[in-house]
Amino acid sequence: MAMTMTQKILAHHAGVDKVVPGQLINAKLDIVLGNDITTPVAINEFKKSGFNSVFDKDRIAIVLDHFVPNKDIKAAEQSKACREFACEHCVSHFYDVGKMGIEHALLPEQGIVTAGDCIIGADSHTCTYGAIGAFSTGVGSTDMAAGMATGMAWFKVPSAIRFELTGKLPENCSGKDVILTIIGMIGVDGALYKSMEFTGEGIKTLSMDDRLCICNMAIEAGAKNGIFPVDEITMAYLNGRAKREPVIYEADPDAEYEKTIVIDLSKIVPTVSCPHLPENTRPAKELSDIKIDQVVIGSCTNGRMEDMKAAYEILNGKKVADGVRCIIIPATMQIMKDCIEKGYATAFIDAGAVFSTPTCGPCLGGYMGILAEGERCISTTNRNFVGRMGHTKSEVYLASPKTAATSALTGYITAPAED
Amino acid sequence: MKTEGKVFRYQDNVDTDVIIPARYLNTSNAQELAAHCMEDIDKEFVHNVQNGDIIVAGWNFGCGSSREHAPLVIKTCGVGCVIAKSFARIFYRNAINIGLAILECPEAVDEINANDEISVNFDTGEIINKTTGKEYRSQPFPPFIQNIIKGGGLLASLKESEDTNE
Repeated sequence: MAMTMTQKILAHHAGVDKVVPGQLINAKLDIVLGNDITTPVAINEFKKSGFNSVFDKDRIAIVLDHFVPNKDIKAAEQSKACREFACEHCVSHFYDVGKMGIEHALLPEQGIVTAGDCIIGADSHTCTYGAIGAFSTGVGSTDMAAGMATGMAWFKVPSAIRFELTGKLPENCSGKDVILTIIGMIGVDGALYKSMEFTGEGIKTLSMDDRLCICNMAIEAGAKNGIFPVDEITMAYLNGRAKREPVIYEADPDAEYEKTIVIDLSKIVPTVSCPHLPENTRPAKELSDIKIDQVVIGSCTNGRMEDMKAAYEILNGKKVADGVRCIIIPATMQIMKDCIEKGYATAFIDAGAVFSTPTCGPCLGGYMGILAEGERCISTTNRNFVGRMGHTKSEVYLASPKTAATSALTGYITAPAED
Repeated sequence: MKTEGKVFRYQDNVDTDVIIPARYLNTSNAQELAAHCMEDIDKEFVHNVQNGDIIVAGWNFGCGSSREHAPLVIKTCGVGCVIAKSFARIFYRNAINIGLAILECPEAVDEINANDEISVNFDTGEIINKTTGKEYRSQPFPPFIQNIIKGGGLLASLKESEDTNE
């Protein structure tokens, strides 16, 4: 039977020629990832079960990114537990304050993940690395602990939905508008347990940052993973960066998909997800009466260089509207440094925004931009559940960096200009 | 494995941020975290839940974050089983891995109300609503997953097989 790209990667890592949807397999892992929230739980489980060594110190990545620099004593204790474990087991890819970044921006940037990998991460947005042609999925801390101990994980082989992308995005749109549109179309469980495989001529017009953003939010449609085929754009990104040789897998031409959804990129418009579910999407231009108190530009979804550039091009020489707090958080130290060198940081500060070191902080209501009762934020993050960014009666509107930056200038949700 | 108790009824898409808000995730102490279980959608839950009680909810229960703290706080509160129309995949995996009983049964969910008294046989998938007298049968887990659960969770079952192989 023909296989999808995801099925091929899984079959190879399970050491079998073929897999079929629904089959339970044990697969070899190339990278096991955790952060400062999920790793301490995994460490406890690892120790409690009597394991005393990791399967491969070079295949484990521990990134302190949610609450660092530590927001309080308890968070500091969690980071300390990660640090001690990483030191004890000589974990090669341990990223602490000063060299850390938001994990899903950092791992591809540093070349720790590569095409053809099979990756688990104790963070739901681990699905991001499908953008570089890897099978990559979010799991819990116990799976992380098992992965660190054995280098293996069990999976149920997923079926897939194919998204055939055609055309080219309008200038005022980005990958974020594509994935929000798709989630609005299929719903927050529209791809439950399945792969979202992106194909078609249109993908050639999408940059790596667009693809990373699209795969990042596959979980918001319930998917197990999102994945792009490996092409020249992927190889240009991986060359000189990937620490391991990329392995290219292609879907069989006659692979079976549950359905194929055709998306004409040229018809995408700036899109916003309204509270309190990512599927509640509306065109940004229909929401111009929504007044905002805060803007967040950053996160594992949209804290990459292209996102910073989009914000810069809109905010440069302008002023954030009175009464609006605009928080800009580059996702890695490298991106932060590039923003400083290119003059973006100065432009952001001159516009009246704040510019911080990398952190997941506000996205999950941790710190660095918590909302009070009744406040509204337009954010380039990935979830707008009840209480996600603060008070249970606050509201989060999800949007692209262009829409968020444009809204920062007006104080109302505003679609970016069309030219 | 059986559980019997009162029903706490919730809607579709109960997400991990309302099961355990991230603002409390600066600790991994289960007891400390459990004091905040469900608080953003049901402040009374932790005051009213008794050992063996059952959460009944709609589609896509546990969507959102991968935080294992979510099934962990539900289990720590004493909940005997979660019955939903469907579960988000990471929550489903985590529940199995830590040994929280879960069942998918859309028809039962449609007919069970808050505060009904129900009993659940986790091994057979049988659900009895003692308040209405109705019975339902959900799909039991495949053997591979039953073995993880019987082995006391993923790590215990792995450790057991590692020790056997040595």
